[in-house]
Amino acid sequence: MKPEIVATAPTIDSIIDRIGNEVLAVHAADVDQKARFPAEAIAAMRENGLLRAYIPVSYGGLGVDFRTLTTISEKLGGFCASSAMIFAMHQIQIACLVHHAGSTVYETDLLKRIAAKQLLLASATTEMGTGGDLGTSICAANLSEDGRRVRIDKMAPVISYGCQADAIMVTARSHPQATGNDQVHVLVEKDEVSLDPVSTWDSLGFRGTCSLGYHLVADVPKEHLQPVPFSQILSQTMQPVAHLLWGSLWLGLAQDAASIARRAVRASARKGEVPPTTQLRLAELDEALFKMRSTLHDAIHRYQHIIDNRSWHKTTAFSFGIAMNNIKLICSEAVVDIVGKALMIAGINGYRNDHESALGRHLRDAYGAMLMVNNDRIRSHNAAMQLAQR
Amino acid sequence: MQDKDDLVEAIRQTLAECAQLAVDVTTLADTDDLYDAGLTSLNTVNLMLAVEDCFDCEFPEEMLARETFQSIHAIAEAVRTMRT
Repeated sequence: MKPEIVATAPTIDSIIDRIGNEVLAVHAADVDQKARFPAEAIAAMRENGLLRAYIPVSYGGLGVDFRTLTTISEKLGGFCASSAMIFAMHQIQIACLVHHAGSTVYETDLLKRIAAKQLLLASATTEMGTGGDLGTSICAANLSEDGRRVRIDKMAPVISYGCQADAIMVTARSHPQATGNDQVHVLVEKDEVSLDPVSTWDSLGFRGTCSLGYHLVADVPKEHLQPVPFSQILSQTMQPVAHLLWGSLWLGLAQDAASIARRAVRASARKGEVPPTTQLRLAELDEALFKMRSTLHDAIHRYQHIIDNRSWHKTTAFSFGIAMNNIKLICSEAVVDIVGKALMIAGINGYRNDHESALGRHLRDAYGAMLMVNNDRIRSHNAAMQLAQR
Repeated sequence: MQDKDDLVEAIRQTLAECAQLAVDVTTLADTDDLYDAGLTSLNTVNLMLAVEDCFDCEFPEEMLARETFQSIHAIAEAVRTMRT
């Protein structure tokens, strides 16, 4: 057996800079224009071990910590937000397995196989008829007569890159008589599922995520059900990891827009043409970026601390759920604000698609942050939960 | 001061009135998972307010977590803790 190589932060930084510049940035415009899967970017991530980054070394992964994962997400977001979003969504599923894997042979073998083959995982959590609430399912896990297999029939409004993924993690009620929020999380591999598209994906931004809706029918061995209830996976892992990884890639996107604006201002400054108001706007943009980064990093630190100390009980406090929702709300609105500010600074060149200061894709992607997982729904939830805050 | 059975009975009454569970409260054991029985996080807020009204108490910050409302038994334990 080959000795494990543990990736260090500087190694990963240089890998991302390289594939970011040589692969993600090169194909970002084409991915966006054609609303196509960023196959080159995902292949480059796979070649460099990024898809198994968060899997512990003992299972064949790189064993990076959560904070490093957010850094990767942030950096990727600066090159191609669609590719970074796919990376983030994959890692959310990986984290659900890593944080909650018990000791069953199936779970252990699965993690080893995902690490060895760097299988790409997608997610089918939302369902038509539940109003975007991940904590409720209509479909159920139906046990076969011999009790060995489980069948799930789900109308999923979105399964991002569903057709390109090697496996999909699906939520369902734990059995046909279960209530809507008595859910399980089930891993479904490509050859165990039929996906019938029920919608197309021609969106304003995040076009490369290929977020089509599907009628999903899966038939899997019973062992594919994660043994812990989904409610626990949702509060301990899926919700915080999703909001923090998404926030990170939006930060990378905002940072890139700011860099474009700064380059434009520097170019003008060399010609002695920068109006004082433009420099003031740049300072304001910097404040907004600073605020977004500080807020996000504080929350990442808080969650890393929970992981390090295995103090998972802290994630079920109502205040923790509200805080993670706040991160999503704040970061998704900040990215639109920052990219908008960058556009006003870059001016007409930022408005053009045929200029190096082009910010059109950034702006369109930025709006996805508050629309692809709707802010109003999250804010309404937080609003109701205010009554349980002291 | 209510004895143990009265406390549990009052909690069951409160649940029936405000928690909008998917099942009849009388079919639940004291230790059954209320979330599995259809308790949503938003109805948890209503339940919290109703329990506070019923027992004239206020949940402190550290008790405002999912586990506190996980079962009839857990709520009863919380009420007892607040009373001491």
